[in-house]
Amino acid sequence: MMEQTRDSIADIWGDRTPHYGDWPVRVDQRVTTEPDHWVQSACVLCSNGCGLEIGVKDGCIVGVRGLDRDPVNHGRLGPKGLHGWEANHSPDRLTKPLIRRDGKLEEASWEEAMNLIVERSRDIIQKHTSLAMGFYTSGQLFLEEYYTLAVLGKAGLSTPHMDGNTRLCTATAAAALKQSFGTDGQPGSYIDLDTTETILHVGHNIASQHTVLWMRILDRLAGPNPPKLIVIDPRRTFTAEKAHIHLMPRVGTNVPVMNGLLNLVIESGQIDQSFIDAHTVGFDELKKTVANWTPERVEELTGVPASQLRAAAQLLATTSTLVSSALQGVYQSMQATAAAVQVNNLHLIRGLIGRPGCGIYQMNGQPTAQNTRETGADGDMPAFRNSGNPEHMNQLARIWNVDVRNIPHWSPPTHAMQIWRYAEQGSIKFLWINATNPAVSMPDLARVRQILQKEGLFVIVQDAFMTETARYADVVLPAAIWGEKTGCMTNVDRTVHLTQKAIEPPGEAKADLDIFVDYARRMDFRDKDGAPLIKWTTAEEAFAAWRECTRGRPCDYTGMTYEKLRRGGIQWPCNEEHPDGTSHLYTDGVFHTGADDCEAYGYDMTTGGAITPEEYKANDPKGRAIIWAADYEPPHEQPDQDYPLWLTTGRLVYHFHTRTKTGRSAALAKAAPDSFVQISDQDAQAYNIADGDLIEVESRRGRVLEPARIGDIEPGLVFIPFHFGYWDDPKRSRAANELTLTEWDPVSKQPHFKYAAVRIRKATEVDKDALVLDQAGQRVNAGSTTPKTTE
Amino acid sequence: MHIGNYLSLVQQSEQQLSRAFSQVADHHGDEPDIYQVCQTLSDWSRQHTTELQPLVDRYRSDKSDEPERLSQTLFDKPRTGGLALLRDLHDLYLLATEVELCWVVLLQAARGLRDQELESRCETFDKTTKRQLTWLMTRIKQAAPQTLIVAD
Ligand code: SF4
Repeated sequence: MMEQTRDSIADIWGDRTPHYGDWPVRVDQRVTTEPDHWVQSACVLCSNGCGLEIGVKDGCIVGVRGLDRDPVNHGRLGPKGLHGWEANHSPDRLTKPLIRRDGKLEEASWEEAMNLIVERSRDIIQKHTSLAMGFYTSGQLFLEEYYTLAVLGKAGLSTPHMDGNTRLCTATAAAALKQSFGTDGQPGSYIDLDTTETILHVGHNIASQHTVLWMRILDRLAGPNPPKLIVIDPRRTFTAEKAHIHLMPRVGTNVPVMNGLLNLVIESGQIDQSFIDAHTVGFDELKKTVANWTPERVEELTGVPASQLRAAAQLLATTSTLVSSALQGVYQSMQATAAAVQVNNLHLIRGLIGRPGCGIYQMNGQPTAQNTRETGADGDMPAFRNSGNPEHMNQLARIWNVDVRNIPHWSPPTHAMQIWRYAEQGSIKFLWINATNPAVSMPDLARVRQILQKEGLFVIVQDAFMTETARYADVVLPAAIWGEKTGCMTNVDRTVHLTQKAIEPPGEAKADLDIFVDYARRMDFRDKDGAPLIKWTTAEEAFAAWRECTRGRPCDYTGMTYEKLRRGGIQWPCNEEHPDGTSHLYTDGVFHTGADDCEAYGYDMTTGGAITPEEYKANDPKGRAIIWAADYEPPHEQPDQDYPLWLTTGRLVYHFHTRTKTGRSAALAKAAPDSFVQISDQDAQAYNIADGDLIEVESRRGRVLEPARIGDIEPGLVFIPFHFGYWDDPKRSRAANELTLTEWDPVSKQPHFKYAAVRIRKATEVDKDALVLDQAGQRVNAGSTTPKTTE
Repeated sequence: MHIGNYLSLVQQSEQQLSRAFSQVADHHGDEPDIYQVCQTLSDWSRQHTTELQPLVDRYRSDKSDEPERLSQTLFDKPRTGGLALLRDLHDLYLLATEVELCWVVLLQAARGLRDQELESRCETFDKTTKRQLTWLMTRIKQAAPQTLIVAD
């Protein structure tokens, strides 16, 4: 029996339920057989975090259905949610620890694997201090796991080298929120979409990346009072097709476009001067900077026609409510934080913040990215504490009962790119990677492969599958995944969901929480009084510890319990004052920018230079939002004679992260079996390329071979979906990140996946043979490379 | 008057700083942030030297024949590697401080002379130099523990 309420592969978003105000319920379901019971959870395949129930029969997951009462999805699920669970029962799950012996990974017991890890840790710390220890985590674990990792890393090992792959997807969201509002945390709520008058998507292909959130918008568009939709994206995506105004700027020009819009809004006189005066600082500087960005100048630099810019600005200047969202088109591009902050500025100068219908979604790429940031598993300090504020650090020391000097806060946290650089240089000698796949997701893959194989670097990979990265590990630990363990996750609009264990993990696979707790116990981490540092073993106990850590901070979880969360998602802050959670932050126009309160003192937008506490205190904004101006800076690599085209990358509807899970769901894999390269009709003609032809795309860092897909893109621009790795198809080099740059935004340290200079040519069968790779992406028959012809 | 001396001192210091930033960018090309930020900051200093020219010309005659104590010798030969990076950032900081100090000195003079153009130039340039210093300090703080404790 196969029962599904709708075919989400063929019809991604399903039928319309037009609305204004309350979004009607529609329960999407897909089960392969009748479950004997249902377990409440939430989808972990994008940052929307849809509430769902897992159908279980005889100890196996047999399907899912949307949770009708959930505030995020009202019962709906998209293709990834309806199909992704199949990965749990994939036959190639890791079920036993593996240890590399004589160059080969061999099965071992947990005892052997953990002993080896502990022995290596001790040895390295003794010889080189814990500054030689690095952790690279994920956007896929649960809050309780991140918090445990953060405590063991910061207070147990005292290493500042801890970050997540959230650096690649969502670091700019955090940076932009901190710069503007003092701390992380989204001001708005998804319910704002139900009533707002205007929606602005900047570099966010929401129709593909957040399918259920897009359903909410489609239903508004079909309803009685449709919002106006403005989309800024260089490609004609599903999202752009529905836009009333679609601005297609050249790659790397988000700042000039945003500055142009801000300029027109200010010129129109429709700004909220009393809000600006009472609740912000920095407006004059913004006004001065954007005044140079006339529509004509914007057109010249970005390719966006002045008339279109004017039309968009007209809407933005007159709308009485506005929801904006930004994602990778902003975050993974030039001047990422500067551009994201301009979106915040738009809301600030019009006073469109802190009330219904006005939301800013600095989106997250991964489902639990928000938790990495909150708990401090990404280098930040737990519960949005400021590493430069001694009182905040003392609070942590009290909570953990450790000496404050054990908590690494003497320099800025080491961001992921720097962790990899230290590993490359040899000063990080121990790298523990969990639930992520840098051998496909990092930029400049050839470099990453070299680092992973480096002599003297001990690599642990903790994952559910033998990923491209795990193949390089010294120790592989089999991990339980979603559905096999319990924990919380927080989505983009601060809604916390409890996702519960429905089945047992396969073989000897263990929950990440159990692995971290075990490591901490074996390392014998203790607090000041000699008690174990990590005082919990279960997820619920870890949650209780986390709750205490958040007390009095903006992300206050103290009013939440597992029991309460079983009734449905709750938005933080949730405490005595707000027992049911909070849908809007900053309703009183008071922001977390006070010197005692703020999470960071801010960074120079161009250089990333950190503002000192003394400088910040001298101009303490005391609760007023900070308006940051930013002028345009050209990308560092631009198309030239040798590499005449722009490359940009992105995700498809049917795959997530490096397809580790989605690639193992039959229907999702079939819907997007391969990567491709999208080029315009004009470029196809110029290079004599037909639809489906194999194209070789080459940058200064590497090359890939992809079949051509023609149309819906500007001439001069080449698009490749990222994250198609090698595990399921090693036949040719096809990961977009073979081509991308090792380069990052100065403030958020997020790498620039959205542009690189490339050249293309029609490939032959000989080229194809020359690029055969093994499953880890290594070239295997290097002898037969064809001579390269240059244009 | 010695204003001319000081203006050419700051101009030369800026030239030197600009060269030093781009040299450090080249020597540490494997550190992408160093490479890019140093190039940007080199441009800033170069821009200062150009924009300073009219003032240097204006005060050319107001120059004593005092010998010029200048030429830093910090950048003799290229250094690479972790410790070298830290030392290079350290030296850049000293060079930038020299420039910063010049702005303070000149600003005082500008106020005394009630030369508004000189005053506003000094103020603007000083802001940029401070941003260079802020970044250098941030990066030095980041590199210091790893370099001194763990790096080979
Ligand atoms: S929108 Fe995101 S969270 Fe919701 S079902 Fe789809 S993948 Fe899952």
